[in-house]
This record gives sequence, structure tokens and C-alpha cells, in this order.
Amino acid sequence: MVFHYVNIKNADDLYFRSSVRNIYFYILLTYMLKAFHHIGKYFLLLARVFKKPDNYKLYGRQTINEMVSLGLGSLGLISIISLFMGAVVTLQTVAAIDSPLIPLYTVGYATRQSFILELAPTIMCLILAGKIGSNISSEIGTMRITEQIDALEIMGVNSASYLIFPKIVAALFTIPMIVVYSMFLGLVGGWVVGLYSGMLTVEDYLYGIRWDFKTFDVIYALIKTLFFAFIITSIPSYHGYYTRGGALEIGKSSTKSVVYSSISILVINYILTQLLLI
Amino acid sequence: MIEVKNINKSFGKKQILHDVSISFLRGKINLIIGASGSGKSVLTKCIVGLHEIDSGSVEYDGRNFSIMNFKQRKAVRKEIGMLFQGSALFDSLTVEENVKFPMEMYTKQSEEEILERVNFCLKRVQLENANHLYPAELSGGMQKRAALARAIALNPKYLFCDEPNSGLDPQTGIVIDNLIQEITHEYDMTTIVITHDMNSVMETGENISFIHQGNIWWTGNKEDILKTDNKELNEFVYSSKIMQKFKGL
Repeated sequence: MVFHYVNIKNADDLYFRSSVRNIYFYILLTYMLKAFHHIGKYFLLLARVFKKPDNYKLYGRQTINEMVSLGLGSLGLISIISLFMGAVVTLQTVAAIDSPLIPLYTVGYATRQSFILELAPTIMCLILAGKIGSNISSEIGTMRITEQIDALEIMGVNSASYLIFPKIVAALFTIPMIVVYSMFLGLVGGWVVGLYSGMLTVEDYLYGIRWDFKTFDVIYALIKTLFFAFIITSIPSYHGYYTRGGALEIGKSSTKSVVYSSISILVINYILTQLLLI
Repeated sequence: MIEVKNINKSFGKKQILHDVSISFLRGKINLIIGASGSGKSVLTKCIVGLHEIDSGSVEYDGRNFSIMNFKQRKAVRKEIGMLFQGSALFDSLTVEENVKFPMEMYTKQSEEEILERVNFCLKRVQLENANHLYPAELSGGMQKRAALARAIALNPKYLFCDEPNSGLDPQTGIVIDNLIQEITHEYDMTTIVITHDMNSVMETGENISFIHQGNIWWTGNKEDILKTDNKELNEFVYSSKIMQKFKGL
């Protein structure tokens, strides 16, 4: 009966199918072992990163440099994206409201909620994972293959800590600020639509963005952002730090770092939303 | 003096170094020569601790480096200067900041004292007026000299040079070799130079070790190398047909 169900005709067929199953199992096992290997290596690297700094003055200077590079360097891109995204979300919400029973101020409310809860923290961090992540990975990867990291090690410097710790600290300070700035600009984008499109009044929009405001939503967004900031800097640093080979591998590390950071952001986003909002 | 005793090193199943024992003398240029892939760079990286050895020991003036913990190694590493094959200058820092780096990291000297030492080191390698240039703005020879200035910034007891004249024209190569030789004698350092450049060997070879297939095959000085009848060494030294004819091989 069972044989009939899976349509196995003879012993050879059964052997073939079990072999195929074994191959799938083997591939799955290999991927799982690889994943555990990388996760272990990532946490061992973090243990090195969070050792006591060799020189606080140099680390401080490096952190400020990173803040400028990670923070100010991203403001232009974030401004453009936030403004246009705010405008588009507002237009789409206006377009979606057919019923005259739904007040127009819900457009402002929907834009605000979308931006504070998801677009500013998650989407902006996904964009930053691409911009900052590839930058960090290629920078550290280049240092690895040009022996600059070896030079640090020879000097007795904890290279992992010196290179990665200031980036993480800088990101933990600047990325939440960027996200708050993005929230603000997203709402400004919606306001501009209200002002110039004639589809809703500015008064409706402004009433909507203030209606039923909960401070915890911003706190929730900032908590998420702190986790994302850590991911955006630590995962690319890991990929850059363990780059081997040449220019081709730097490119591969960069791509991998963006892919894994983005996936991690999405997974952590789901977990934190479940924990904090539900 | 650095003593390497019976070290073995493998990567996976491939053994690179086989029971290597060698002594590097203080105040002399100790050359490690050998063909590409013979294990020269791996040996050096094992000596400075960039690669962990499988067995054996490395002793810096009697201190067993191989069994030291991170903190103890750090103390020894402050006495080491290294000139890398590709210079390994920090791209984002100027020449001055590169040379300053080890001093700012480990000394409590004032800004003026550090700057004075930086200028001294840069003058010593004949690289005055390059303080504010970035590595990308320097020629290959200038990069090597800047890296040498950084390597001697903390007045090291041990200087490692990985192919210091690779990618340089013969004349600039000799300038770098002479500079390393002068600095070694001046500061009484234990200097280890990896090279496969015969010009360097003939210019600076005071204590030469020939490494072949991960083993120390021959040791001697620059006079001995011309008289040796070691087959593998002669094949390495006289690799071109015209030189083989000259040697009568």
C-alpha cells in the first residue's frame, strides 16, 4: 500500500530514492554545519572586539571619524529616500480611500504609523546595510589582503577591536539619529503632498499625524534601530575581517555582508515586533 | 638573537615547514632565501606569531614566544618592527600619521616629542617633506621607505622585512637594502630579511639561510654562496642559462 502510494516499482527504484534523500540530507547538513561554523566564528570575533581598548584616545578619535563617515555620509541618501517615500505613501493612502465615511486625517495617521513603525527603522536600515555594510566590508577586506591588519597585529594591536569597535559604537549613536531624521523627513514629504496636490488639506494631514500618538511607537522603533545598527556594522566587519584572496573576494565579501545583514535585519525585526508590540 | 627550534607547520594536510631550526644573529642581516612557495613567508609569519606553529618553539633572546599568552606576546611585539612586501601602510592615514601610529598607541610622549621622532625616522629613511602625503601619492620606493620609518618608530630590537625590494627597480632596491643594513648596524637589531633577489643577497648577505621545500637546505654568507656545490642552491642562484654557463653547470 505504501509502495503504491509513493509509486516505487522495484528495489532499485527504492535505493535510488533513498540515495536522493541522503544527498538532500547531506547538503542540508553541510549548510547547517557551515552556518554554525560562521556563527561561532562571528561570536569569537565579537569577543575580541569587546576587549579592553589599547588606547582610549585613539579609539575615541577613530569613533568620531566613523561617526562622520557613517552618519554624515548617509544623510543625503536618507533625505532623498525619506522625502519621496513619505510623499508616495501619502499619495497611495489618499488614492486607496474611496469611502467618504473614512476621514481624510487617517492619511496623516497612516503615513505617520508606516514611517515610525516600519519605513524609517527597517527600510532605512536595510538601505544603510547596503550602503554602510558594503563600505565596511570592502574597507576591512582591503586592509586584510594588503596586510594592513597583519601590520596592526605585528605592532601588538588588537586589530579586531581597533577596526570594528569604533564602527559599532559610531553606528549605535548615529543610526538612531538618522532614523529619527528619516521619520521627520518622511512626514515632511507627506505634508508637501498635502500642500501641493490638492488631494487633502494640510490641516487634515497635520491633525492625522498627531492623532492617537503613542510615544512607545518611537521607543519601539529606536530599540529596533539599535539592534539593526549593531547588525549593519558587525556582520560586514566579520565578512571583511575574514576575507582571503584578492579583489574578487573583496567583492564577494561585500555582497555576502549585504545579503546576511539584510536577512538578519528582517529576522530580528520580526522577533522584536513579536516581543515588543504583541 | 632569535632562535627557531624544530618548528613544523601545516595547512590542512599540506605540510609547509618540516622541522625547521635556525638562529638569527643580533646586529646582522639574516637573509632567508628560496624560491616562491618554498615556505619563506610562512616561516616568518610563524616566527612573529601571525601563524600558530604545530610544534617546536621560537625564542626571542631566550623568551619562548610560542607558549606565551596574548598579553605576553603583545609585550614582545612592541619590540618588533616589520616591513611588509606590499608596504602595508594604512591607506587612510598620511605618512606622518602612519609613522606616528605605533607611538601614539603605546607611548605617553607629548605631541611635540612624537612629531620630533617622526621627523627623525623620516629623515633617517630619506623621506623628508613627505609628511602630509597619502600612501597612494607615493612611489613604490617611497612607500617602502615610509613603511621602514614606521617599523623603526618604536626603536625595535627585531626587524622583519618581507621581500623589501620586490616591485622596485634594482637601483632603488639596493638603496632600500643599504638602508636596512645601516639601520641594523646602527641600532644593533636582529634583522631578518626574506628575499629571492640575488642583488640583495650579494649586497647584504651576512647570514644566509636557503629554504627549499620547507626545510633549511643550506646556511652560510655571501662569499660561501658563490663557492657552494649544493645542487638546489646553485639551481636557485644560477637560474638563467647564461648564469648556469658562467658557473659551469
